[in-house]
Amino acid sequence: MNSFTFAQAPAIDAAVREKAGQPGSAYIGGGTNLVDLMKENVERPTHLIGLKKLGLDSITASADGGLRLGALATNADTAWHPEVEKRYPLLNQAILAGASPQLRNMATDGGNLMQRTRCYYFYDLATPCNKREPGSGCSAIGGYNRIHAILGASEACIATHPSDMCVALAALEATVRVSGPNGERTIAFEDFHRLPGDSPERDNTLEPGELITGLDLPAKGFEKNYSYLKLRDRTSYAFALVSVATALELDGGIITDARLALGGVAHKPWRDKTAEALLIGQPATADTFRTAAAQVLAGAKGQGTNNFKIELAKRAIVRALKQATEMNQVVDDNAFQNSNP
Amino acid sequence: MSHITQAPLDRLPVALAPTQSVTLHINGQDHTLQIAPWTTLLDALREYLDLTGTKKGCDHGQCGACTVLVDGKRINSCLSLAVMQEGSEIQTIEGLGTEENLHPLQQAFIDHDAFQCGYCTPGQICSAQGLLNEGKARTEAEVRELMSGNLCRCGAYPNILSAVMEVLTNEESGTKNLKPKEDVGQWAAGATKPDMAPVEPAK
Repeated sequence: MNSFTFAQAPAIDAAVREKAGQPGSAYIGGGTNLVDLMKENVERPTHLIGLKKLGLDSITASADGGLRLGALATNADTAWHPEVEKRYPLLNQAILAGASPQLRNMATDGGNLMQRTRCYYFYDLATPCNKREPGSGCSAIGGYNRIHAILGASEACIATHPSDMCVALAALEATVRVSGPNGERTIAFEDFHRLPGDSPERDNTLEPGELITGLDLPAKGFEKNYSYLKLRDRTSYAFALVSVATALELDGGIITDARLALGGVAHKPWRDKTAEALLIGQPATADTFRTAAAQVLAGAKGQGTNNFKIELAKRAIVRALKQATEMNQVVDDNAFQNSNP
Repeated sequence: MSHITQAPLDRLPVALAPTQSVTLHINGQDHTLQIAPWTTLLDALREYLDLTGTKKGCDHGQCGACTVLVDGKRINSCLSLAVMQEGSEIQTIEGLGTEENLHPLQQAFIDHDAFQCGYCTPGQICSAQGLLNEGKARTEAEVRELMSGNLCRCGAYPNILSAVMEVLTNEESGTKNLKPKEDVGQWAAGATKPDMAPVEPAK
């Protein structure tokens, strides 16, 4: 690690001021990704601003009937929060599919959004990487790219966003709350992470100095029909090759609302609203699911070692939608039984 | 004939950041250290406090050997800076039991032969204590999933699983008064079900 100083910020505005006044400084939440990147010399902040004293770790009901997650709430506390388990089980599943219990106990919700790609070349200082060193080139294109993007990549970068939690947040249409030198603002989740384009060094649309203070979940949690399906090289504690977050509303076998987002395939959680529109109003059948899957992958491009992801993603989408649908039948059975004394 | 010359420095050596005072509350005792901010909690424990029970494996949060409990929750001490842990209650393997009075998990790991080289064991035991504190795991499949942050290069997983299951089951029966301890502790190392017990090698 490089030499740096550390101070706990006493309040949000003080943290934002400190960040603005110290070029090269960084906020640190749980530190699970940042400290690792500092050990690898990928990140070299000159000053760390601790956020522990800001509070921001509570999970509370919001006025619109939704739920507000403090940016400093840990991933574990979020997943196991009774309201999240009950009303947003898709988020519970996605969080618990990621990392390990130890990491989930440290990692914060804001930090989950800020974690960086696990592209091997991004971590390897000996190889060119446009994300780490703009203009140096991309080693993954034409290199070993098994974990890389099949959607939305550019000639500058084919890295993927590694989060599971964020795929569920994209499907649930969360809102990101931030504070910065110019005050507070909110960012729709689909606008938070960005595609690489010709500036892959920017993972998201935060302005310099802005700090995530919370996440707002809308009232609608899709608690009856959902699935987070994660496919990976081992069944626990591994990043997704492909993951699918889906949530449905069904009325007598007809899909009345649908959400569909993928992880492990792009520079950001990949939500496809066109595919969602193809699902809505249709019967919840394999044919409908295959049509939606074909739409999501219509523009997919393999990079060589990751070509398998295209077919894998199509099948994962169909499987996840089937899981979400069949869940409803179980719920209906229970409702039927409960109505009979 | 050639000789090696030292390459000229293109810049002055970077001045080290000043150390800072940190008070860590570990196993019921306060320790005040003067350390650099980049000292991880793991290095603070091992290099400054001689609490070498906590092990450094990968140093990147991938193996779980460095697992300790902070405010009752298991974390990777290699990915936390010591300066971030001021005011926390830290518990290490040294605080779980003593040689005279082993923690139930320590006794179970011995009874079930749940290690070979032993390097991952302190992390496994602290992680298992964290798992018990969480109260989310009931079945073998759940324990396997919620212990996946601790790797064992010797592959003692079946015995680690049976050791954790024994303590978990005893804790549950202790609170619910369901089963006497002997019912779950009698099986040979390697499984929690009698029909899965390893076969003794022929003599």
